[in-house]
Amino acid sequence: MKLKSLSLALASTIAFTSTAYAQTEIQWWHAFTGRLGDLLAEQVEQFNTSQNDYTIVASHKGNYSETLNAGIAAFRAGEQPHILMVFEVGTATMMAAGGAIKPVYEVMAEGGAAFDSDGYMGAVKGYYTTTEGDMLSLPYNSSTPVLYVNRNAFADAGLDPDTDLSTWQNVDAALTALKEGGSTCPLTTAWQSWVHLENMSAYHNVPFATKDNGFAGLDTELAFNGPVQVQHVQMMGDWAADGRFIYAGRRNEGGANFRAGECALFTESSAGYAGVKAEAQFDFEIRPLPYWDGVDGAPQNTIIGGSSLWVLSGHESEEYKGVSEFLSFLSTSDIQSKWHQNTGYLPITIAAAEQTKAEGFYDENPGTEIAGMQMTANAPTPNSKGLRLGSFDQIRGIIDEELEAVWAGDKTAQAALDSAVERGNVLLRRFEQANQ
Amino acid sequence: MEKRVTFKGWLLPICLLLPQVIVTAVFFFYPAGQAVWQSLFIPDPFGLKSQFVGLGNFEFLLGDPYYRAAFTTTAVFSILVTVASLGMALFLAVLADRLIKGSGVYRTLLIWPYAVAPAVAGVLWLFMFNTRVGVVSWYLGVLGYDWNHVLNEAEAMGLVVAASSWGRVSYNFLFFLAGLQAIPKSVIEAAAIDGARFWTRFRTIVFPLLSPTTFFLLVVNIVYAFFETFGVIHTITSGGPQQATTILVYKVFADGFVGQDLGSSAAQSVILLVVVGLLTVIQFKFIERRVHY
Repeated sequence: MKLKSLSLALASTIAFTSTAYAQTEIQWWHAFTGRLGDLLAEQVEQFNTSQNDYTIVASHKGNYSETLNAGIAAFRAGEQPHILMVFEVGTATMMAAGGAIKPVYEVMAEGGAAFDSDGYMGAVKGYYTTTEGDMLSLPYNSSTPVLYVNRNAFADAGLDPDTDLSTWQNVDAALTALKEGGSTCPLTTAWQSWVHLENMSAYHNVPFATKDNGFAGLDTELAFNGPVQVQHVQMMGDWAADGRFIYAGRRNEGGANFRAGECALFTESSAGYAGVKAEAQFDFEIRPLPYWDGVDGAPQNTIIGGSSLWVLSGHESEEYKGVSEFLSFLSTSDIQSKWHQNTGYLPITIAAAEQTKAEGFYDENPGTEIAGMQMTANAPTPNSKGLRLGSFDQIRGIIDEELEAVWAGDKTAQAALDSAVERGNVLLRRFEQANQ
Repeated sequence: MEKRVTFKGWLLPICLLLPQVIVTAVFFFYPAGQAVWQSLFIPDPFGLKSQFVGLGNFEFLLGDPYYRAAFTTTAVFSILVTVASLGMALFLAVLADRLIKGSGVYRTLLIWPYAVAPAVAGVLWLFMFNTRVGVVSWYLGVLGYDWNHVLNEAEAMGLVVAASSWGRVSYNFLFFLAGLQAIPKSVIEAAAIDGARFWTRFRTIVFPLLSPTTFFLLVVNIVYAFFETFGVIHTITSGGPQQATTILVYKVFADGFVGQDLGSSAAQSVILLVVVGLLTVIQFKFIERRVHY
């Protein structure tokens, strides 16, 4: 038995290596582990077995920041992969690196594989296309913030779980009632800058930065200290002061508190769905992100977070052909709808959304369609197309610090956001200087 | 009278020195020289182009109030880590030294934390003190204390200091214990016969005789606090809240690897190098005089 399986393994190894020689290898560096990593590996496996010309080799290179750094370091050493996964905040860095990347629209045109960039949802694609409409990187995983409701917590505090929470005014009233009803954590959040400033701005159609949020030039300046943002942050600061909003951390630390059942409301990425569903021992529900009633144009549309796939320069044209085949494969609606249903990320092609709907997934999993609806409710404006800011990972760090000052009661919202704008602009000027 | 060994000719001494010189050149002078060179430029992340700015990066840094604040943070953090880990280790070593039965078990248990990598130690402490759901913070909540290191600067500093010192106590403990055991028992017994109590013996005999060990550990621990605590800070606070735990080396990382601002990052490395160099010189010049070998 042992010998048999051994010889079988040997035979298959020989068979594999002999075909592998004939195949062109395509390197893909990514940032996914755990369940997402497994699903990614499944896609790669499926592609590799579906044809004989190319082999995709997927390598995990750490978290988003680490993957980007690994890609950059490899490029400097002339060892860059063909495909690099870059999170959305690294978009400006990649775009500015003209000589280091090969735009996806170019790869697809040269490779000749079936590809229709119009099949991608406008709100997703917009983040990664030039102002002329050319797609620079392929959207991979995209999510948008939504509101998670712990229905049991509402009932425990004596509130109707079906209370209308579509506006922040209503949320304010609900939080007060929850607090009075004995809730120790009426509201918590993940990714505060992304949800409560970046998306907040887009959702209310106010600029986050000048020059169309950076899309129109490197000389952009931050502009998120306007009245709408200040009002929102000040309100959250007031909530934080008397325990109606509990701050748990800069990333998704708040998720632990919500999933443990402690918090009644939670603003988090739609991609948090799988985790909440797996762990929550209570009745939960997804609602659209609230907006401020009375702000002109609200609710506009929310923007995405997540990553896209960048093709790096410096490889053979035969290899780029393989890349184009693989990207084309990833865009098919079977792959996309499966990814959407398994992860809670958005269905990034229109066909995938329709297929998911036709399969009855939304009826079985109520709430999972909300993220997509929220993104596509309105045609994106220059304020809601996305953000394209250099050093943005670090600017987020600055925003985090200043928001923490508000939550701790050390600064008013106006002072904190003014300071964040001023400090962030310094970094934008450094970035502009480095990429002149 | 000092003993001097003299070599005939040059070849042998050069051969003996060469390995160390090569190692130092390759792993220290070359990268340090590169850092100095890079600190004069603002490059783009991919190394496609780069502009010479002279001392512009240094001007930019020293004009930044947050960078200047990081010096104070680093000083506070390093002093706390060094004092906490040395003090705790000395206390434990003195106790373990007096122990006759079962000392092996104690020693092994005390040495264990050293095997834990700083980043992992950071995660362990973070689990215990996780706001509201961590074990320790939950019990503190029961006692009526609302632990929230994500907003409270003092708590954040305390937590990173504790996590950084914890693994270090083991290392220091080993050296202190070895140092204590090297002190001749006869000296201590003689003092005891003369009527010196434990505390007097410790203050006048043990501690002075331990001073070479203490001095060595002081230097090593300050270097540790400056450079190797990065993992702990990265996992627990990421430098927050409001930069309360952003020490110099963390800022080098944040600007270089998060911000991709390699010019500023290189300039910071150069500044850090100078600071640590100065510190070591000061230690050897002023503190070492008081050390009895």
